[in-house]
Amino acid sequence: MIIFFSKNNKIHYLCRPNYIFYSPVVEKQLKTRLMQNYELMVIFTPVLSEEEYKAAQKKFTSLVTENEGEVVHENAWGLKSLAYAIQKKTTGLYWVLEYKAPTDFNEKLKTQLLRDESVLRHMFTALDKYAVEYNAKRKRGVKTGTEKAEVINA
Amino acid sequence: MPKPNEIKYLTAIKAEKRPKKYCRFKKMGIKYIDYKDGDFLKKFLNEQGKLLPRRITGNSLKYQRKVSEAIKKARQMAILPYVTDLMK
Repeated sequence: MIIFFSKNNKIHYLCRPNYIFYSPVVEKQLKTRLMQNYELMVIFTPVLSEEEYKAAQKKFTSLVTENEGEVVHENAWGLKSLAYAIQKKTTGLYWVLEYKAPTDFNEKLKTQLLRDESVLRHMFTALDKYAVEYNAKRKRGVKTGTEKAEVINA
Repeated sequence: MPKPNEIKYLTAIKAEKRPKKYCRFKKMGIKYIDYKDGDFLKKFLNEQGKLLPRRITGNSLKYQRKVSEAIKKARQMAILPYVTDLMK
């Protein structure tokens, strides 16, 4: 079976030569298979109030869920001092979002992040299976193994 | 020629053997290095915030690469500085 995308980003597939077809059910199945684990880290400006900070988080999580994504975990670090000044600000509001989304979604999210004035900086990370495992362990509060590596070679 | 048991050294020869370096990630079975954990990553930086070489940390190439990627990500997100003095 050959799979290809048409211009409007719909997934079609080819069963027999010269016989193309499109089915929403199959598209859904395939899209879930194309889902990837990602992690997004955002630094918001420290001038945001508590409500604005929450609203900004909600804006991006809703964007994930609207685009067939799935939020795995959210972690708002709150105010943290930056290692160096960004836009003349020495502190920032950190926020980490772990989510699953189709591979073409990050571009959409990126434009939204760049458009937002309250975002100082953002970064996407594609997570491999070890990273997902590590994050899951961290959430549960289980030791991740990095503590063991700290003692030796000192 | 003197026989081996007749040789006397003026200074003591260095007999101490350095323990062999090893990769901590391989030994402890750590597969993923988190860029969010700034304090852990500081172990692989010198006082100016530069990456330490493999020669000193003993990391295998695979994990040194992962460490350096994690550090570079942390630097971008202002978790670690690009340049400093007296970080430790």
